[in-house]
Formats: sequence, structure tokens, C-alpha cells
Amino acid sequence: MLTVAALVGVAVLLGVGVFGVIASRMEEASRLVYGCSLVVCLALLAVAAAGLTAGGGTEINLPLGLPLVGAHFRIDPLSAFFLAVVDLGGAAASLYALGYGEHEATPWRVLPFFPAFLAGMNLTVLAADAFSFLLAWEFMSLSSWALVNTRHQDAENTRAGYIYLVMASFGTLSLLLAFGLLAGPTGGYAFQVIREATHPAWMPGLVLVLALVGAGSKAGLVPLHVWLPLAHPAAPSHVSALMSGVMTKVAVYGFIRIVFDLLGPPAWWWSILVLVLAGVTAVMGVLYALMQHDLKRLLAYHTVENIGIIFIGLGLSLAFRAHGMAAAAALALTAGLFHVFNHSLFKSLLFFGAGAVQTATGERDMEHLGGLIHRMPQTAFAFLVGCVAISALPPLNGFVSEWLTFQAILLSPQLPSWVLKFIVPVVGALLALSASLAAACFVKAFGVTFLGRARTPAAERASETDPWSRATMFGFAGLCFLAGILPGFVIDGIGPATQQLVGEPMPVQAGTPWLSIVPVAASRSSYNGLLVFVFIAVSALFAARFIHRFGSHALRRGPPWDCGFPDPSPATQYTASSFAQPIRRVFGPAAFRARERLDMPPPGDMRPARLSIELTDRAWHGIYAPVTHAVETTALKLNRFQFLTIRQYLSVVFVALVGLLVVVAIWQ
Amino acid sequence: MAVILGLIVQGGQMFLVLALAPLLLGLTRKVKAQLLRRRGPALVQPYRDLARLLRKEVVLAQNASWLFRVAPYLIFAATWVAAALVPTFGTGLEFSWSADLIAITALLGSARFFLALVGMDVGTSFGGIGASREVMFASLAEPAMIMIVFTVALLAGSTQLSTVAAFMVAHVSLRVSLGLALVGLIIVALAENSRIPVDNPATHLELTMVHEAMVLEYSGRHLAVIELAAALKLLLYLSMVACIFVPWGLAPEGAGPRTLTVGVLAYFAKLAVGGVLLVFFETSIAKMRVFRVPDFLGAALMLGFLGTLLLFVSGSF
Repeated sequence: MLTVAALVGVAVLLGVGVFGVIASRMEEASRLVYGCSLVVCLALLAVAAAGLTAGGGTEINLPLGLPLVGAHFRIDPLSAFFLAVVDLGGAAASLYALGYGEHEATPWRVLPFFPAFLAGMNLTVLAADAFSFLLAWEFMSLSSWALVNTRHQDAENTRAGYIYLVMASFGTLSLLLAFGLLAGPTGGYAFQVIREATHPAWMPGLVLVLALVGAGSKAGLVPLHVWLPLAHPAAPSHVSALMSGVMTKVAVYGFIRIVFDLLGPPAWWWSILVLVLAGVTAVMGVLYALMQHDLKRLLAYHTVENIGIIFIGLGLSLAFRAHGMAAAAALALTAGLFHVFNHSLFKSLLFFGAGAVQTATGERDMEHLGGLIHRMPQTAFAFLVGCVAISALPPLNGFVSEWLTFQAILLSPQLPSWVLKFIVPVVGALLALSASLAAACFVKAFGVTFLGRARTPAAERASETDPWSRATMFGFAGLCFLAGILPGFVIDGIGPATQQLVGEPMPVQAGTPWLSIVPVAASRSSYNGLLVFVFIAVSALFAARFIHRFGSHALRRGPPWDCGFPDPSPATQYTASSFAQPIRRVFGPAAFRARERLDMPPPGDMRPARLSIELTDRAWHGIYAPVTHAVETTALKLNRFQFLTIRQYLSVVFVALVGLLVVVAIWQ
Repeated sequence: MAVILGLIVQGGQMFLVLALAPLLLGLTRKVKAQLLRRRGPALVQPYRDLARLLRKEVVLAQNASWLFRVAPYLIFAATWVAAALVPTFGTGLEFSWSADLIAITALLGSARFFLALVGMDVGTSFGGIGASREVMFASLAEPAMIMIVFTVALLAGSTQLSTVAAFMVAHVSLRVSLGLALVGLIIVALAENSRIPVDNPATHLELTMVHEAMVLEYSGRHLAVIELAAALKLLLYLSMVACIFVPWGLAPEGAGPRTLTVGVLAYFAKLAVGGVLLVFFETSIAKMRVFRVPDFLGAALMLGFLGTLLLFVSGSF
């Protein structure tokens, strides 16, 4: 029943997409499309909630797709959880777009694809056989590719779209091979059949690698992340929010579905691969983010970091599960899934904020912004909440999931494997490093964009964004806050999914006194976001009341002090790149082979002195550039075959025929 | 009854740390002056400074935002809550379970986050320089702190400071990992409290300031609150070192008034010794160049990491 309801929802979304094609040039089309998407997403969200509480729905088999196989769909607790993440994000993006979409110059490039994109993500999560999963996955990729190309006049966006398309095809190819191996020669494509099948010993490891490459390229694991910071910012902001906040989670779902569900019990070395990649991803993602001055690109790089944090949780869970520690595996998996939920909240919120800034000023470059807290106070507040949440600071939600991950790391000395004993502390250090760098990065993002003085007239003239967008941002800021102070309910919500995957949920948190969360035992560790928040609020209010009662409350406005020499030009403020300079000096040489070159003209020379900074993307130069180069040279060499005479073509065909016959003869 | 006693201990500790923090600052200043053959200000000078700042009007830069006015209270509150959750004279804190060591570290991180933000609020170059250097230091100091927390937590089997303190009292022993953690924690504490060799709390030479540069635009009651928060942070780190590495004299949970008094006296002694040692260390070395600090903090990170790694390999280190 639930599955049918969800499929009906997806069908309605597809219908809305078709309507978008027909009606996209109508006056009210934008409101209609986004309004319908909002309603459908809310309905699907209710279905997901019901699915989580009811423990799933029945499997249904539609006579579509491959003959004799059909298309299977099913809501189980895992897909219900991800369905909730997808549709919460989808509903918020639709609500936001009710206001934001009005500014769209070319709505006919967005309206048909937006509901289709939502439908694709929902369908991926619902699919219960390999064929429909891959079809939905590819549908999701293609519809988001179309959205990335919305502003195709900009050459940079077209390039982003191209790289995205190549990487998405590559990822799908890996998944195709993974499912091919799983289905085996008999072609049992339904997930239920795959689960019951027995695999040869060499196979699960290979499938893990393929799944890691396939889902990891969509999620943005380093070094497969290169498309992500190009493509996510290129789309309109509500789509960026969906791509960063939600689509990467669908990729995480794909990984979990294949590795935790379909592949059977894990081998001990799987977790090593996942943990190493995840740790590197977390730190490299945030270091890249720190070097950016395009607000949306900074956020996109941050998605890479958060995907790393999620995969750290998943990797730890695999490690514990391989060694039969079900309770610890449940804790680590809960931490990962909690971060999935959290990241979908605050990353969407931050992209909405970036979109509001872009609408108000026409700028994405932080070096051209500044002082927006005065012009857009409400957006600034919501954005600030998102910044605090993503920087893993208490009492908001980002801290809780990282805290759970740390607690899982502290359980891992009990792992018997020696390699893991060495790798897990390293991963812990990388996680701690990425958390503190994230805080630095968001001081920069908020400080340069919203604080200080306006750097351009556009930033000075900015005005507050529309009520729809504000409502969405405040809604998500509220959810970040609630998930931070009442994390026990989220953990209990994730419970059925962990139960399904590792055979045990985390201890139920709803009954703990004062609504604390206690992952293992109260004497070991506990955290109470609610109390921490109450303490901070009470102490701050107490201090303010006390001072205003007994101290002075006089206040005078004057020019800034600045050690006696305030400079009226806003150009003397710290910029995004000067803010990141100390961190670049510390981490840059190792991470990006950063080099600073100072061009100082000799005395008497009139040209200006210049400081240029060179950053090398190691992933791009080490992996992608050689591959592109090889493809290009081969293509150039093969190009000669296009310009042969008819005799030459005939001889080529003849040689090929003879060659093939020889091969067949040898084969026989 | 036990709950009431617990609440009294918790409340007493909350106001004790608040009352003691300026005195500790006064002590360090006095001893430092004496070591430099100066007479130095009176011990209670920080209280007088705070009282005077509270009575003065606030001069706010024209383009300061609401965040600039709210942040001092948030910074103060986060630091105060963190300081109130570190056992000082007794372990039986009523609310110690609401935030463990990781959460206390992160609470200090929240305070720093807002401090760095307000450094950028007015849009002066000094604020920016302070904020960018502060986050650079923090990007190394915070992971170092987490690794030290890991070391201690792996030993004690808990991240709760009360449990850790009880464990340390019960199982006193010399351990390699604890030694590494102690050195690391001292380095982190120096950096976090802007002490020499990382930063100089007394400097007003523009290009060397970090903490002072961020709060340059503050005046009056806002400055008072921020100064008090800084004093609380120093007290917090000294209490943390005392509670983990010198846990003797800590009153156990549900102790009578006698044991509590002993605990309070022991705490005073520990703070005084800690403060004097800090000043001896500070006066005996010079301040570092800014870009030498990452090496210094990197050492703390490595020490913490090594401690954790040793404990992952074997619990007996």
C-alpha cells in the first residue's frame, strides 16, 4: 500500500514535469509546477514517515522494464529513511523556488526538469531490482545534467555540464558492472534474488570497489569529486541545494544498498579502503573549500568534506560488522545516517542563502560582497545558523553526528585487526582536523559575505529576499536547531534502518532521563543538547540582565577605532583569499603544491608589483589530465581513418575480415 | 537530598569559577611583574578593571551589526558553561553528564567561532588579521585537543570528565601515553589562551596581536564580558589539567562538607601552583613568529596522536 502510494507520487511528479514542458511559457507555470512539487513531496514525506514506523511496505512488481523480470519497487526501512531525506529536501527546494523561481530568466529550461529530477531521486530509492535502480539513477543524472545546463550561455557552465555527464556515465558504468556481477550469469536482477544468491569468493571485493567508484563518483569521494564543485554551483540555487543536499545522499544510499544489503557479510579489508578514502575526502574537501572565493563553489566543496564524514561512519560500521560487533556497527552506521540527515538540512539551507544573496546582489564572488547582515538581516541569521550547524558546533545538529562518529572511533581499539588499529586513529585525527577547518571555512564564508563593509555598490544596494525563500530558510534553520537539541528522536527514527542493515539498532534514546543521548552506557559518554542549549541561553540572559541592571547601558555610535587609523575604503578589509592565507601557508604546500610568486619591479619601474598564487589540483593533474590527454591523442591518431580513399577503406575492411577469420580459426 | 546536594555543588562550582577567574589572572600578572623586577598591579586589579568597564558606556562602530552586540554574551555563556562542567573541587557535578570532554572542547570552539566572526564585523584590517590567525591556530589546536581527549578517554574508558577524574584517582600510575597527553594539553592550553609563545596577552603592537586584534573594537561592558570569558578559559584549562593529571583532593560524589572543604582548598592550591608555573614558563621564553606556531601546535597534534596510537596498540602504555 505504501509502495503504491509512493509510486503514485512519483507518477504525479513525472506528470508535473510533462506539464512543465507544455506550460513553461505560461505566466503562472512556475508557481503551479513548484506548488505541485511541494504538495507531492510533502505527501511522499508522509509515506516515508509511515514506512519508517511500519517497518516498510510490500514489494510490488510492475510489468515494465525487462521482459520476464519486470520492475520491482519496495519501501523498506532503509529506503524509507532516504525517501524522507529526499522529500524533505525536495519540499524545501519547491517552497523556496516559489519565490526564487520568479527571478528565473529562462523558466522553460528549469520547470520540466525540476519535477523529473525529484521523480528520478525518489524512484532510485524505491527501486527493488537492479534494472529499475539503474534506470532511475540514470534518469536522475540526466535530468540534473539538464538543470546544470540551464545557463548554457556561460562557457564555464557548459564545461561543467560536460564533465558532469562524463563522470556520471562513468559512475553508472561501474554500477552496471557491479550489478552485473551481483546478478550473475542467471540474471537474477531483483534485489531479493541477489540477496539469496551465493557468490564466488573473489566477487564481493570486486563489487565493493565498483560500488565505491560508482556511488562515490556521484557522491563526490576524492579523487572522483572533480565534477561536483563545477556542476553544483552552475545550476540555479534551489537545484544546487537539491544536488548537494539530496542527490549526494541518493548516492550514499546506492552504496549502502549494495554494500550493506546486497553483498552479504563484509570482509575485514573492505573497511580499510572505505576509511582511507573517506578520511582523505573529508580533509581535502574542506581544504579545497577554504581556498575558494565563489560562495556556491565553497559550499559545493564542503559537500565533498561532509561526504567524507558520512563515509567514515559507514567504513567504521563495516569494520565493526566484519568483526561481529553489532552494537558498535549500529552506532557507527547511525552516526553516518544521522550525518546524512543533518547534511541534507544545513547544506540545503546554505545553498538557499547563497541563492538569496545571488538574487539580491547578482554576485557569487565573496570578494564583491560584504556587509549584507545590514541589508538582509533575516537571510544572514538563517545562514549563520547553517554555518554554526555545519561547523559541528554545539548545540546544533552537526555536532551530534560528529560526536557519535567520535564515540564510534573510541570503541574501535577492540577491533582485532592490526591494520585497522593503525588506520582508525589516523581517520580520527583527520576527522578532527576537518571539523576544525570547517569552522575556519565558515568563519570566512559568513564573515566575508555578511559582515564587514560592502565591497561593491551591488552589495550596498542589496535588499532582503522574498518571503517564500525566507520561510524555507527559517524552517530548515529550525530543523537544524531541533535535531541538535533533541537528537534522541532522530536516532530512534534511524533505528529501523540500522536494525535492517546490521541486525541491531542503537539503544532506544526516547526513554533516557532529560532526553540525553547515551550511545553505549551512561558512565561512558552522554550528551544532552537540550541542556547545553538551556545552560547557554540562561547564562547569556543572566549576564545580559545583570550587566544592564548593575552596569551601564549607555551606548554611543562612533567611527571604528582600528588602532587610531581607520581607513574609509572597504578595500582595506580582509578578503576571502587573505583570510585563508595563513591556512594556505600551513596546509597548501602539502595539499595543493601551493606556490606564491611575487613579481616585484625594480626601483624606477612603473609597473605594479604582483603576487600570484598557484594551486595545483593533484587529483586533476594526477589522474584526469593524463586520461584526457591519452583519449585526445588516440582520437587524433584515429582521426586519420576518416579521410581515406575508397581503395584504402576497402583494404581496411579486407584486412579486418582476414584478421577476424584468423582469430576465429585460432579460437577453434 | 542527594539531588539537592548535587545541585548545590554544581551551582557553587558555577559561581566559584566565575569569581576565581579574574583572581587567577591577577595572580599571573602579579607574579610576572615580580619576576621582571616590577612591583605589578594588585591581585584584585582585574576585578577593578571589570567593574570600571561595566560602568563605562559602549562606543560602537557605526557599521557594527547586531551580531557584534550579541556575540560577547554568547562567547561568555559558552565559556562559562564549559568551565562549569569541568570538575574543580569535586566530581559529583549534577550536570556533568550533559556534556563530555568532546562537547566541552566543542563549546570552546563555538565561543571561538563567534569571536572570530565579530573580529570581521566592523570591517577593519586588524579584526581580519586577528580572525584569520586565530582560525589558523585553532585548525591545529582543536584536533590536537581531540586527540588528547581520545588518549585520556581510551585510558579511562569514558569521555565523561567525572569518570575520568575518578579513574585517575583510583589508578594512579606513570604512563607514556599520559605523559604525551600532558605535554600536548599544555601546548594547546598556551595557544588557546593566547599566552606566550603563541600570542602575547599584554601586547598592543599591531602586527603581533591575535586575540587582542579581534576584540580591538570592543569597549565598555562588551569588553568586560569578553575579558571575563578569556579569564574563564584560562581557569578552565588549568582546572582541566588539574582534574585529569593531578586529581588528588577531588571530593568524590556525595561527599560531606569536610571533604568538600578539603577539595576546595586543594583546588586553590592547584590553581596557584599552575598559575605560577605558567608565568615561569612564559617569562623564560620568547614569543614565536606567527608561522612558527603551526610547528609548535603540530607537535601537540603529533603527541596526542601518538598517545592515541599507543593506546590503540596496547592498553598498557
